[in-house]
Amino acid sequence: MAGFNKVVNNYDDAMQGLKNGMTIIAGGFGLCGIPEGLIAEIKRKGTRNLTVVSNNCGIDGFGLGVLLEDKQIIKMVSSYVGENALFEQQLLNGELEVELTPQGTLAEKIRAGGAGIPAFYTSTGYGTPIGEGKDVKLFNDRPYILEESITGDYAIVKAWKADAYGNCIYRHTAMNFNPLAATAANVTVVEVEEIVEIGSLSPDQIHTPGIYVDRVIKGTFEKRIERKVIQQTAPSKGTQ
Amino acid sequence: MALSREQMAMRVASEFKDGDYVNLGIGIPTLAANYVPPNISVMLQSENGLLGMGAYPTEQEIDPDMINAGKETVTASIGASIFNSADSFAMIRGGHIDFTVLGAFEVDVKGNIASWMIPGKLIKGMGGAMDLVAGAKNIIVTMTHTDKYGKSKLLTTCSLPLTGVNCITRIITDLAVLEIKNNAFYLKERAPGVSVQEIKDKTDGALVIDGVIHEMKV
Repeated sequence: MAGFNKVVNNYDDAMQGLKNGMTIIAGGFGLCGIPEGLIAEIKRKGTRNLTVVSNNCGIDGFGLGVLLEDKQIIKMVSSYVGENALFEQQLLNGELEVELTPQGTLAEKIRAGGAGIPAFYTSTGYGTPIGEGKDVKLFNDRPYILEESITGDYAIVKAWKADAYGNCIYRHTAMNFNPLAATAANVTVVEVEEIVEIGSLSPDQIHTPGIYVDRVIKGTFEKRIERKVIQQTAPSKGTQ
Repeated sequence: MALSREQMAMRVASEFKDGDYVNLGIGIPTLAANYVPPNISVMLQSENGLLGMGAYPTEQEIDPDMINAGKETVTASIGASIFNSADSFAMIRGGHIDFTVLGAFEVDVKGNIASWMIPGKLIKGMGGAMDLVAGAKNIIVTMTHTDKYGKSKLLTTCSLPLTGVNCITRIITDLAVLEIKNNAFYLKERAPGVSVQEIKDKTDGALVIDGVIHEMKV
């Protein structure tokens, strides 16, 4: 058992070994399903020159956005970076590099990276600026571009529940990129809402098998909502 | 008279077929969910990993773990499923989504679309739009016919960086319904009270007018 016990009890241990210049793959979509405590620990450590692979970069003052405050990130690989003033400013100043990547290509790059596939062909981005300079090949008369997969030094993941073996389940759309990120790094750290007894998760319901996970830490989460939209009392009918 | 945003959404929704899996982009496309004809069912996919997107929540139902691709709080409808981002785009890229509705800055006669970047202004990113135009079986672009300066958005060649090539076949604007084939826009319907001449004047790319063009039903 001891060899399979992934639980760590403090954030220092959780992010131990993270060094300047490393690549971090982060789960989350906007502010949904983000490892809040692990991000805070990276900020506290002050690790610099980081490349961060994440669909978004949080917002000003929350999520990955806090790592921009002390310029800890030198490069983002993301599909969407809007709604973040500090991000815009550092991008325009040339302090931050961004590799914009279509969302599905980004997901597949991480999935492939974790699965030992170095590259794949996709039609996404062919004929656009994303396809420029990339190898093109025809399959069934349709052009596809070659995209290289992504692996990282660390993955920071947010799950709902995990056991000490690192078996994880996610809740609702807080799943998003998290299970992919978990597979694609040398060291995968998962921050969870609850650590449960080994054997209490049904084996056929586990989203991320523990083999991918190196460290599990129980966190507390603010779960800030980016766009709160409430049902109207009656749906709009349009103009007559 | 040009259609309102709601009327454009109504006209888009009239294209849905019973049993369609549909992905709606941000803006007017999302509004179309309010106007699904009562006699049919469609299932909405949100590319952050939700098939069977329901209504916005009530104050009591709000759950920060349940959002759509626009990062808005949503609910899951009965019979929904949730999956990771790679599975979500496998559905999209693999051609399993029947119907996609997107906004655009420009569309041209070759079916090219530009929708994600205006050089010189800030780049926010393409999100899932490039994957959607590469993978969906049936894509409708809905946008205003002209930009805020009155310049046509239906062009011979897109001037902005592209989102996808040779992928758009149908456009619903505030003035008209058009198909794209043979390097031209084919006018199919016009908005109530809008003349063929006005559409002609506001369409920069080649426009084919074949027979009588009826007013659309909205």
